[in-house]
Amino acid sequence: MIEAHNLVRRYGYRTVLRDLNFTAAPGEFVALLGPNGAGKTTLLRVFAGLLRPTSGVVTVAGCLLPHQAMDLRSRLGVVSHQPLFYGDLTAAENLRFYGQLYGVAHLAARIEALLALTGLEAVRNDLVRTFSRGMQQRLAIGRAMLPDPQVLLLDEPHTGLDQDACVMLDQALSQVAGQGRTLLMASHDLARSAALASRVDILVRGQIIASTATAALPPDGLLTYYRQSLEAAQ
Amino acid sequence: MNRRPRFWRAALTVAWKDLLTEWRSREAFSAMLVFALLVIFIFNFALELKPAARAEISAGILWVTLCFAGALGLNRAWVSEKDRGCLDGLLLAPVDRAALYFGKLFSGWLILMLIAAVLLPIYGLLYNQNLILPGLLLFIALGVEGYLAVGTLLAAMAVQARSRDLLLPVLLFPVTLPALIAAVKASSTLLSGLPWVDVQPWLMLLLAFDLIFTVVAWLAFDIVMEE
Repeated sequence: MIEAHNLVRRYGYRTVLRDLNFTAAPGEFVALLGPNGAGKTTLLRVFAGLLRPTSGVVTVAGCLLPHQAMDLRSRLGVVSHQPLFYGDLTAAENLRFYGQLYGVAHLAARIEALLALTGLEAVRNDLVRTFSRGMQQRLAIGRAMLPDPQVLLLDEPHTGLDQDACVMLDQALSQVAGQGRTLLMASHDLARSAALASRVDILVRGQIIASTATAALPPDGLLTYYRQSLEAAQ
Repeated sequence: MNRRPRFWRAALTVAWKDLLTEWRSREAFSAMLVFALLVIFIFNFALELKPAARAEISAGILWVTLCFAGALGLNRAWVSEKDRGCLDGLLLAPVDRAALYFGKLFSGWLILMLIAAVLLPIYGLLYNQNLILPGLLLFIALGVEGYLAVGTLLAAMAVQARSRDLLLPVLLFPVTLPALIAAVKASSTLLSGLPWVDVQPWLMLLLAFDLIFTVVAWLAFDIVMEE
């Protein structure tokens, strides 16, 4: 569950998020769309507890931010366009390192399960710097899933991936969606967002200007909806 | 059910990761060692010390070498985390952020002590002076701890800035000056063969610096890493 009420975030004199209201229920997969500079990454970093809200009330996975950020971290997974891995460690060593920091119980079994989930068992002992970008992103899903998070935040996870890698990443995301878990994905890829998410929110100049269930849209209707929403916001 | 790792276990996990990645890449260690060896070679040819002057000058040369080599390592410690995006990975972990600080401090201390372990016998050969003395090793261990206690904190601050390569030395050397003076004085007093009672005030200053700045860094680190 993610909730934000009247969320404001400023960098100095620049206001990036303006009285933003947002709710994502357990089990929901929300795609966050918007032009560059709309505030998507800032919003995700606030929800991850990496940035303090300037004002407003933010609750993620039952934790009030920023006061309960430490509690949140063990219930949260984050995948960004940077895979957050050490190139000189193997895939299994990277997962073990993060697993130890998260205090994951039965870590060896959990690592095996996540390597299987991401299809990387065969390369478990290869150094991550030898991985393709697609393999690194799949491993990033595995890292984010280590603590079995209630909330998964994805910041443009498809950036820099070729078509095959995108398909493999989508399969991994489809497997981790549901199960009462809340997913929030910032993206520029409308087709992928429509296919993966259950809801689409559009963020412009720090405010959610439109929101719709993807099931309510006609096939290929997200592009039209997105353009109309941006025009209405002008 | 996951349980948060204990503070020191988390710190050791970070230190182990740093040492393992350094063992495999040898990026920082080799650069620091080559730099340190070059410094003592240059001093050796530049100064051509007489035996009487050696004891007093040796401590200064040794500490200048360790400080400059240490600054190289400090820059790398956080920059490599930031450049690979791993800093966010560490900050997202459900551990006290001070544990990350102590992990970095411990791995940095071990690497610089290894540099010193290689440096001392070579220095002894070049300058015809025995530096493998228990007292000197103690001063190096304490001096390096104090220097890195401040340096690890300042490097974490500097890594957020654009001019981080310039910022760190400018901040680091003035703050660590008391520790460096105490370490140089204690070392030169010992090498000159003066009685232990002359060493004691410098040793006390060094211990006090280590204690105060390690605690201050411990308390300040969470604030430094905030945003």
